[in-house]
Amino acid sequence: MVAPAAPGLSGLERERRRAAWLFLLPMVVAVVLVAGWPLGRTIMFSMTDARLDDTAAPAFVGLANYNLLIRDPDWWNAVRNTVVFALVSVTIETLLGLIIALALNERMRGRGLLRAAMLIPWAIPTVVSAQMWGWMLHDQVGVVNEALLALGLIARPLAFTADPDLALWAVVAVDVWKTTPFMALLILAALQLLPDEIYEAAEIDGLGPVGRFFRLTLPLIRPALMVAVIFRALDALRVFDLMYVLTGNSAATASMSVYARQHLVDFQDVGFGSAAATGLFLVIAVATVLLLTLGRVRLGATENGR
Amino acid sequence: MRRLAGRVLFALLLAVIALYTVFPFYWAIVSSLKSGSALFTMEMFPAQPAWDNYAAVFRERPFGRNIANSVLVAGSVVAVSLFLGVTAAFALGRVAFRGRGMLLAAILAVSMFPQVAVLSGLFELIRWLGLYNNLLSLVFSYLIFTLPFTVWVLTTFMREMPRELEEAAMMDGATPWIVLRRVFLPLMGPAMATTGLLAFIAAWNEFLFALTFTLTDEMRTVPVAIALISGASSFELPWGRIMAASVIVTVPLILLVMVFQRRIVAGLMAGAVKG
Repeated sequence: MVAPAAPGLSGLERERRRAAWLFLLPMVVAVVLVAGWPLGRTIMFSMTDARLDDTAAPAFVGLANYNLLIRDPDWWNAVRNTVVFALVSVTIETLLGLIIALALNERMRGRGLLRAAMLIPWAIPTVVSAQMWGWMLHDQVGVVNEALLALGLIARPLAFTADPDLALWAVVAVDVWKTTPFMALLILAALQLLPDEIYEAAEIDGLGPVGRFFRLTLPLIRPALMVAVIFRALDALRVFDLMYVLTGNSAATASMSVYARQHLVDFQDVGFGSAAATGLFLVIAVATVLLLTLGRVRLGATENGR
Repeated sequence: MRRLAGRVLFALLLAVIALYTVFPFYWAIVSSLKSGSALFTMEMFPAQPAWDNYAAVFRERPFGRNIANSVLVAGSVVAVSLFLGVTAAFALGRVAFRGRGMLLAAILAVSMFPQVAVLSGLFELIRWLGLYNNLLSLVFSYLIFTLPFTVWVLTTFMREMPRELEEAAMMDGATPWIVLRRVFLPLMGPAMATTGLLAFIAAWNEFLFALTFTLTDEMRTVPVAIALISGASSFELPWGRIMAASVIVTVPLILLVMVFQRRIVAGLMAGAVKG
């Protein structure tokens, strides 16, 4: 980035580096205070019997909390819910996002308007979208039940958010609605960077639309697509608001975040709750490494590429 | 003939996409305008819109106060993140020093943190600072997700500025601080507007910290207030009120997003794809 300093610049260059650290300091201090230190404390708490309602100095209990955690079927249920939620919702969002992006990539009237409409679900707070869908999915007077009944698809109204067999899928449906547009817009942006010439060449070679998509479009947008998928997947693994508002603390949908907060705040068990939170942190750390390796994404690419 | 069928199908697909994205919000608006038993009808256009849900939200709860809280918190978070972000981006984007790549990677890693993982540590810190049930606790804790994003995006923009700009100023004896303020700040305007807007939306929508670090109704932010609206039982949830409150807080956000849509998409690209 900075070429070897010209002889006259070296003094200035040294001053610049000193200044650089001064400029960085406030941000670094803020990040350490708000992220590094609390994470460290959470990990420490996870090895004590600290409680929210007890101010006495907590005692060190080693890995006892973790031992309890891995024996708790509710924890494994939360892990399963979270992983199923992340896998299913991100898969649907990616496929739907691709379809919508390809449709919006066609030149046509009203494209700008449609693209603007796509931003509505993204901009709506998660809590609000959970409430909106909670109302639409209401078991007695919800518009979704009414529509399905009118179409003859169901015989009697379904309790989407209360029925343990349906609740997790209701949560997935709301997440798909809320985040597919985001996916579609990122994919659309990648599509619009592709030059027209390659498609002209493909036309001469006699590739059909399906061949064009799999042989040309998909490989070319893959890097952008992978990054979008990874960001979405990591976001989905820490999901909290959606479950908390749509289905409360119900075990049928509780995610790892919901489980950890419930123990931490509702049951005041800081030690055990911190162990669960640390568990989630480890799961996400492992998922990050796995996704980055499998996705063959080089995060340093932009850093070194310039 | 096949072409025509294809075009009709394509138009149908677009109509379904549009309906799918817009209908839930439309239904919230329609429901918020129905009162009493009208709420339980499937009427698609309320013939006689009733506004009492909107009035009731402000009459029955401190919703005005909740909106003010959210504006205050989100506004302050944006100001603090932009200040810390632009100074850091200047160092990260313009000066070569050892450990720069490591620092950027560490900042990116922070943006992957699940919020729950810092909850108990932050809770302790906030109680120790005496900020429990105080809006400052939210301004402080929200930095964990606004700051990494702001630093990352502003650094990419800062890096693309031509070098000659600052060299000329440095030759004239300007200090780095002056160079940042006089040379870069004016040029960074659009980038800062975009990142500021995204940080504002993220802070406006945040739920977990706001739910945990505030206690009384007067200190709640909008998402928590809406999540905690409840009736005597789950069958008596005041859905009309909930929808009215939802519409009130979402309309300004949607207008903001419509006006700045191009910038937002560009900013999201810089944040997610370039990352």
